[in-house]
Amino acid sequence: MTVPAIELKGISKAFGPVQANKDISISVAPGTIHGIIGENGAGKSTLMSILYGFYKADKGEIWINGSKTDIPDSQAAIASGIGMVFQHFKLVENFSVLENIVLGAEDGGLLAPSLAKARKELKELEEEYELFVDPDKRIDEIGVGMQQRVEILKALYRKAEILILDEPTGVLTPAEADQLFRILDRLRSEGKTIIVITHKLREIMENTDTVSVMRRGEMTATVKTAETNPQELAELMVGRKVLLQVDKVPAQPGKPVLEIEKLSVTDSAGVERVKGIDLTVRAGEIVGIAGVAGNGQSELLEVLGGMRPGQGSIRLNGEPLPLHGPGSDGQARRAQHIAHVPEDRQREGLIMDFYAWENVAFGYHRDPAYKRGLFMDNAALRADTEAKIEKFDVRPPNGWLTAKSFSGGNQQKIVVAREIERNPDLLLVGQPTRGVDIGAIEFIHKQIVALRDQGKAILLVSVELEEIFSLSDRIAVMFDGHIMGERLPAETDEKELGLLMAGVAGEAA
Amino acid sequence: MEFFVTLIQVLDSTVRLATPLLLACLAGLYSERAGIFDIGLEGKMLMAAFFSAAIAAVTGSVWLGLLAGIGASLVLSALHGLASITFRGNQLISGVAINFLASGMTVLIAQSWFQQGGRTPSLFGGGRFEPINFPFAEALEGVPFIGPIYSELLSGHSILVYVAFLFVPLTWWILFRTRFGLRLRAVGENPAAVDTAGVSVVGLRFAAVAICGILCGIAGAYLATALQAGFVKEMTAGRGFIALAALIFAKWRPWHAMWACLLFGLLQAIALRFQNIDLGGVVIPVQVMDALPYILTVVILAGFVGKAIPPRAGGEPYVKER
Repeated sequence: MTVPAIELKGISKAFGPVQANKDISISVAPGTIHGIIGENGAGKSTLMSILYGFYKADKGEIWINGSKTDIPDSQAAIASGIGMVFQHFKLVENFSVLENIVLGAEDGGLLAPSLAKARKELKELEEEYELFVDPDKRIDEIGVGMQQRVEILKALYRKAEILILDEPTGVLTPAEADQLFRILDRLRSEGKTIIVITHKLREIMENTDTVSVMRRGEMTATVKTAETNPQELAELMVGRKVLLQVDKVPAQPGKPVLEIEKLSVTDSAGVERVKGIDLTVRAGEIVGIAGVAGNGQSELLEVLGGMRPGQGSIRLNGEPLPLHGPGSDGQARRAQHIAHVPEDRQREGLIMDFYAWENVAFGYHRDPAYKRGLFMDNAALRADTEAKIEKFDVRPPNGWLTAKSFSGGNQQKIVVAREIERNPDLLLVGQPTRGVDIGAIEFIHKQIVALRDQGKAILLVSVELEEIFSLSDRIAVMFDGHIMGERLPAETDEKELGLLMAGVAGEAA
Repeated sequence: MEFFVTLIQVLDSTVRLATPLLLACLAGLYSERAGIFDIGLEGKMLMAAFFSAAIAAVTGSVWLGLLAGIGASLVLSALHGLASITFRGNQLISGVAINFLASGMTVLIAQSWFQQGGRTPSLFGGGRFEPINFPFAEALEGVPFIGPIYSELLSGHSILVYVAFLFVPLTWWILFRTRFGLRLRAVGENPAAVDTAGVSVVGLRFAAVAICGILCGIAGAYLATALQAGFVKEMTAGRGFIALAALIFAKWRPWHAMWACLLFGLLQAIALRFQNIDLGGVVIPVQVMDALPYILTVVILAGFVGKAIPPRAGGEPYVKER
């Protein structure tokens, strides 16, 4: 039995009322890739931040290569040979790649010799691990994939033997993600120990040697990857059986609710993003808009949601809706019974520094139910929030937490609860499960289908084809501001949709 | 020829008037590059002006006065650091408090100490910084063009003027050629990057604020013991704020800061030199000329001079995200 590269014993950490880690123990063998999987908010990042000295544990011990090590700050972690690539990169954007790598690991008071040495070592590291970067480019000039390589090189430059990566593929394209795992494989073969935090089952199954599962701050299992399967891991993560497919009965489309004719949208830079599209959404059906991001889907949602003006005509239940001027803002749209779960919940759906119960009011804050004389009836609002939190299983169930202290999935549940519970005629949903964990995805999908079954119209925009396929009753594909065609999910496949998404014309162009 | 003499005189006075602005501007540059906004430059200068004049008057030594000025300014810097770095308070409020504190305290202490209506006694002899004359300054005075430039414009300033202008290349070198400079710039852009690289954010920011205090101290001492001979109430007259405007105008870069301060100094020098300008019947009153630097400040701050992007983490106390 070899000495573990890392051993954590009984780590606990609380942030105010939230117990992020509860008595966690874990042991990682040297020269392996160890996955830590769990839903958003399960405490994975907190645990690794403790190992890197970014947070300090309330209780517990850290052992590195068989000796007990105190890690009060990141400097101590670096000295122990630990490097970390955070989910949000810690790079100085207007510095060059080289400057970022040298920062904090300079050799003396003057920069020039440090930079020269780093340039030389960087070349060797690049060749050794096939991690190519341009040392003289500024960080804001390079893409996220290369930024991530800079972070890895930063750790290697500091002689890291243990590398922690927090949600490394969240910002990467599939091709970049494949490349990343090739690099990690290479690092493993050089004897480095790697810990990867993720909530994507596929990545765990394909790339790790062992995997630990976390749920609500606790470590529920550590298993050899070869001896498990995705279903079992998903169950361990969520604590119950998970439906990886949405269960739904065939749609019963009724009368048209939303009728779009010749809708065009021009953005603030004067570029036409939506180019005269026609689309109808009927009561009791989910219409999914597929497409590569940036082909006008966002602008379509924003016009319908009252976030930007457009030209053309839209009718809701036969009544024309204004597309600019009075009656076309978000407030008016909600009065017209259109609810909107925007694509970017952190910028458009929530105010991150406000309490959950305040966020539940937005867009509906003029509701007489929340009014008492001249003032807001905050007590009524809080009671309403509590009911929504319970119904949508928001965790932790505390309306007095700010939006940013919830995990992504729970933030999204707050937005979805606010919009769905208004019983709208039309629900607009943009990227409902972006950055959301499996348990919450399943829950949110169920809510959307339930709303459909009540006979409401739903317009879904998603860049995840899998999501489009499992939710939609009808699929429209957008490319370059046009709708390339409409398909029924049963009569098409990913290949055909992929061609439409790439602009290869179908029946309608 | 008369025009040339006037020009040299105006430029000479420009250099002298730009000096306190330049020192304060560089002070602000260190602080803001590290992510700590400092609108308390004015207060620190004022406090330093008073203590340098008071100690110089009492001891007769301008050097002790300079030290006292720097010390007083450092105390206020420490206060600003404590409020905005250690206790993560609002940097603007802390700066405003420092300005009020300095404005009230200086007059109060001056009155109870010297009983001269809130001034210090006039400084003379060793209590003031004397001009330094370059070698052969007098001998070369008669040489056309080069003579006046050498002996009037370049020679004959107090040592602090030369210190201030030497600080421009020095600051550039520190900022862009040393480890400290790299870390300083990084902490103003993304303190989390510095923290995860194993460097103390708090330590760096305190160092920056301390340098800011020293430079403000020199600026204040220059006002009271070199530019003028003693402290008078509110003698900084908004120079701390003009220095901030110059800093924004210069987009937080040392050489640009020097040119910006020289521009403001030139306006002040013109106002001083041409009290009433007669434009063929229409007389521009002296008040308009005096107001020019302040008007330019407003124009610059209103953003007519292109987009100035401050250090990204400026004004934000560093809290590990959660």
